[in-house]
Amino acid sequence: MKKVPIRFRLNGVDRDLEVAAADTLLEVLRDGLGIKSPKTGCDHGDCGACTVFLDDRTVRSCLVLAAEADGCDVVTLEGISRDPGPLLHELARHNSFQCGFCAPGVVLSAAELLRSKPHPTRQEIQEAIAGNLCRCTGYTPIIEGIEAASCADSCLNEASTRRRP
Amino acid sequence: MPITCEFEYHKPKSLLEAIEILERDGKNASVLAGGTDLLVWMKEGLRAPSAVVDVKGIRELHSLEASDGSLLVGACVTFTELLESAVVRGRLPLLWECSRTVASVGVRNRATLVGNICSAVPCLDSAPALLAYEASVVVEGPVAQRQIPVARWFVGARQTAIRAGEIVSGVRIPLPDRKNGACYVKLGRYRGEDLAQVGVGVLAFEDREYRIAFCAVSPAPARATPIERLLNGRDLSEDLIHQAQDLVSQEIRPITDIRASKEYRTHMAKIMLERGLRAAIERMAGAGPALGESVI
Repeated sequence: MKKVPIRFRLNGVDRDLEVAAADTLLEVLRDGLGIKSPKTGCDHGDCGACTVFLDDRTVRSCLVLAAEADGCDVVTLEGISRDPGPLLHELARHNSFQCGFCAPGVVLSAAELLRSKPHPTRQEIQEAIAGNLCRCTGYTPIIEGIEAASCADSCLNEASTRRRP
Repeated sequence: MPITCEFEYHKPKSLLEAIEILERDGKNASVLAGGTDLLVWMKEGLRAPSAVVDVKGIRELHSLEASDGSLLVGACVTFTELLESAVVRGRLPLLWECSRTVASVGVRNRATLVGNICSAVPCLDSAPALLAYEASVVVEGPVAQRQIPVARWFVGARQTAIRAGEIVSGVRIPLPDRKNGACYVKLGRYRGEDLAQVGVGVLAFEDREYRIAFCAVSPAPARATPIERLLNGRDLSEDLIHQAQDLVSQEIRPITDIRASKEYRTHMAKIMLERGLRAAIERMAGAGPALGESVI
């Protein structure tokens, strides 16, 4: 198959590579570049495990051709976990994940929400992560973690007393 | 699941260039905008194009502009962009409300309105709104531009009025100039990401004109003209709503599938019509459930 040359920015670093036209962004990230946080789950855009930022929006990397990423800015969990911040801190503190398979996708979806809405309602949090399936937790600790992160500056103390042990 | 078909990836910079490729490769070419349907179909082997034409490099297809009393939604405009548009939220609330029910944030960031109507699956959420607003599909071809009313666009399940070599450049939606209230009611299996088992769009105007359209309960989404005719010119009463509900089963042809039985779909379509009508009227008066709040 004819190769397509692409150049994109991955977690702040410019990358030049050649991909097959049929390669998805997910395949190139995981198999070509060793970026393992986006996971192959349903591979149909339903589960959210492959979520990455593409030009500042979360997308399903299983449904994006690598060739489409040419000229784009791609950020994965690896890119944002260098500076953990309140979101990752609160998710860890709330034991939000068990197996962790959905975690990269959930974190990026939550980060996207908090960027546009620093203080979302519980319903807005639920809607923001509705496309990220978690089979372990029943979502409650995830939602609580995001909620705590959303008020990390203003009401961190209140949140920590409200949480269950 | 890798994509196994071999194809050439094109990213034209102009509509003309795109049409040339489509003309050359004919039915073996697939247009790629958001890709949220196309890539799934390619993975499943339902489509095996020899050429994929990514139209996101064509600047004019990203336009989302209101002029001369209508909104032109370019082929590359995503559902997220529609949801962030003040014109859509303020003037086309039915489109705004249905856009909010499409899949999930991460899919809406990529999926386009035009892609939705080109895929033309029976359950497409955007159809009732486009039918109710009497939108037109703008189609560019090797010879000329065509504008096709949405009512004539959907010709069957996954079938549209497009011809080989043509490309949809956008959808033109007239902005209503009369006061109105709207409600899109979607039945999923749970709250969260799901395809519609039944979708009902209601647009009610202050001069008692009603526009009602269903999706997911027929091979192609369509207006329910007999119900509209019954309601037009009249205020909603208990009795009138019951009469309208009695017409529902003649207007829809639901199937039984993995998500719901046809009996359940029919039953719910009647309930959803009532809730949609009431919510649309309440919203017109500035009351009722907030836009985007589910009424079922």
